[in-house]
Amino acid sequence: MDNKPDNPPDTQSESVGVPAPEGAANLIDTDYKIGQDNYQASPMGVNIDIHGAVFVFSSLIVLAFVILALALPEQATDWFGAAKDWINSNMTWFILLSANIFVVLCLVLIVTPLGKVRIGGASATPDFSYLGWFSMLFAAGMGIGLMFYGVAEPLTHYGTSLGGTSMGENGMRTDWAPLGAAADNPAAAYSLSMAATIFHWGLHPWAIYAIVALSLAIFSYNKGLPLTVRSMFYPILGERIWGWPGHVIDILAVFATLFGLATSLGIGAQQASAGLTHLFGIPGGNTTLVLLIAAITAVAIVSIVAGVDKGVKRLSEANMVLAFLLLMFVIFVGPTLLIATGFFKNLGSYFTELPFLSNPFARDDANFSQGWTTFYWAWWISWSPFVGMFIARISRGRSVREFLTAVLLVPSTISVLWMTAFGTTAINQLQEEGFEGAKNADLPVQLFEVLGQLPLAEITSFIGIVLVIVFFVTSSDSGSLVIDTITAGGKIDAPKPQRVFWGVIEGAIAIALLVGGGLAALQSAAVAAGLPFTLVLLVGCYAIVKGLMSEPRGK
Amino acid sequence: MYQSIMVPVDLAHLDALEKPLTVAADMARHYNAQLCYVGVTTSQPSSVARTPEEYEQKLKAFAQEHAPDNGQAPTARVYNSHDPVTDLDDILIKAIVDVGADLVVMGTHLPHHIDAIMPANGSKVAAHSNVSVFLVRP
Repeated sequence: MDNKPDNPPDTQSESVGVPAPEGAANLIDTDYKIGQDNYQASPMGVNIDIHGAVFVFSSLIVLAFVILALALPEQATDWFGAAKDWINSNMTWFILLSANIFVVLCLVLIVTPLGKVRIGGASATPDFSYLGWFSMLFAAGMGIGLMFYGVAEPLTHYGTSLGGTSMGENGMRTDWAPLGAAADNPAAAYSLSMAATIFHWGLHPWAIYAIVALSLAIFSYNKGLPLTVRSMFYPILGERIWGWPGHVIDILAVFATLFGLATSLGIGAQQASAGLTHLFGIPGGNTTLVLLIAAITAVAIVSIVAGVDKGVKRLSEANMVLAFLLLMFVIFVGPTLLIATGFFKNLGSYFTELPFLSNPFARDDANFSQGWTTFYWAWWISWSPFVGMFIARISRGRSVREFLTAVLLVPSTISVLWMTAFGTTAINQLQEEGFEGAKNADLPVQLFEVLGQLPLAEITSFIGIVLVIVFFVTSSDSGSLVIDTITAGGKIDAPKPQRVFWGVIEGAIAIALLVGGGLAALQSAAVAAGLPFTLVLLVGCYAIVKGLMSEPRGK
Repeated sequence: MYQSIMVPVDLAHLDALEKPLTVAADMARHYNAQLCYVGVTTSQPSSVARTPEEYEQKLKAFAQEHAPDNGQAPTARVYNSHDPVTDLDDILIKAIVDVGADLVVMGTHLPHHIDAIMPANGSKVAAHSNVSVFLVRP
């Protein structure tokens, strides 16, 4: 079509019949045609359409890492563990500082006139309803983690805070308590533990996602570049993003996404299996884990084949309803009054402690700030290409202000409520009822121990397992879509078998690493991938501001 | 016999559409029918167009260029999809009603083993619609 001289494509003029030029945006002028580097073929009747370099190199690197982790599990754990430790002890300030920058930028954008820019052009209309949009972005962003850490994290911080501080011989603190701890003061320990938990699940993680999502959305919908991570480097690298610098960025994104997903799927499978053991006495162990992952991957593939609207959107909405019911149940059956007052109190202590918890320099609580905060930040960051790209994909038609409110403020508020409900219930059981079952249990079982102390334990625990499994499915589903898009050079409409391929690969990696050992190694590797990606995100900040400045602002 | 013929068009794979386009144009001439070209695109930039509006312009231009000169002005209609790979059939079934077509002419591939899991476009459209569907194989 492009070469027909009698019909030159005229992108700037208003088309007939379209009420408003949705493309009233500032398209970047590039000669690059999406998919021009792609390899298309139909071996054995299966259509494929992939970006040669990105697909081949990311597949090879992934394969090499899996083989390495399986062949030399101990060495691999040591190497990646060392990399992780090095980042924790030397780059904590950098990662904490960067995360603060992301939060500040997001909050500033909400209140400045740049917040009026609309993603997809001045008169674009949203593709999804509020409920569908929000359910999907929330399920992709946290999901399994909330199930896993909702009880475990407040309980852990509560215990360490209560234990007070202790000094090692070298003058470094050996305890894991946040900030100055709260020795022998249960009320203060509760506040501190909730503030620390909310800190890890509140504004910062969502700001990390928002930065990636917003920069991708702007450069794709408003600037006309393909929906892949390299596009946000356009303000810096220009046309070079179509070459190897761009390939490397995309390969890194695939790597972080795949291993971030596989390890998260490993966590999910462990918790689902622990729940099944707890509830039905089904023996845990590798057979159960493998069957679980295989079954869940099969469901995920059905959902992938069904597409965004019929698959991941419906599952996410169903899960939001289930999660909401579970939350309401815990609030009303648990210590209702404590949770209600706790919500506001915790919000208060979160904001009071925020400057200290997020302080990147001269921290006394090395174990907490490095082992918890830096670990979380690197973990969120390594997830950000996946979650960010998925959020970008579903966010066309929202204004920047609307987008940031929904991606930053609303999920943070829900996280506060969720953590308060589950954390308060767990701590209250420990403090008032002297129930130590949850405290002494393994992390994956703690949620079920706490639910076990409430009425209708069988039903709520079963709902808990279903939630873990469905969050697992939605992560695997949206992850496959994202990886497929990146490895297809930004094409949304690449053939279906490719998505199925990535879905199967994720399940296979999770199984291989769970059975062969080495999950810990790749968890470290995924976290280590967070460091280079922090740079990508800082570039994203620059790209957002630069991109938004050149956009027409809405009413 | 037919007044309105609908032709699904994928601007990214025009080379594969030569036969169905020719068949559709011939039939339109024969029955003096109006042609309606239907395209499906995404909000995201694609290899064909960087915005949905650009896609619509290109499809309109395409329609003007390819329709036979039989006195019936061709129309073009673009549907926006979140996930065209999976939604295509449903969109086409809806489009048949929207454009009021009484015949669909569309390209399809030869049947092969993978059809059991992922059927070819066309069979579902024929199964879920009251109008005649002419599947043109390569």
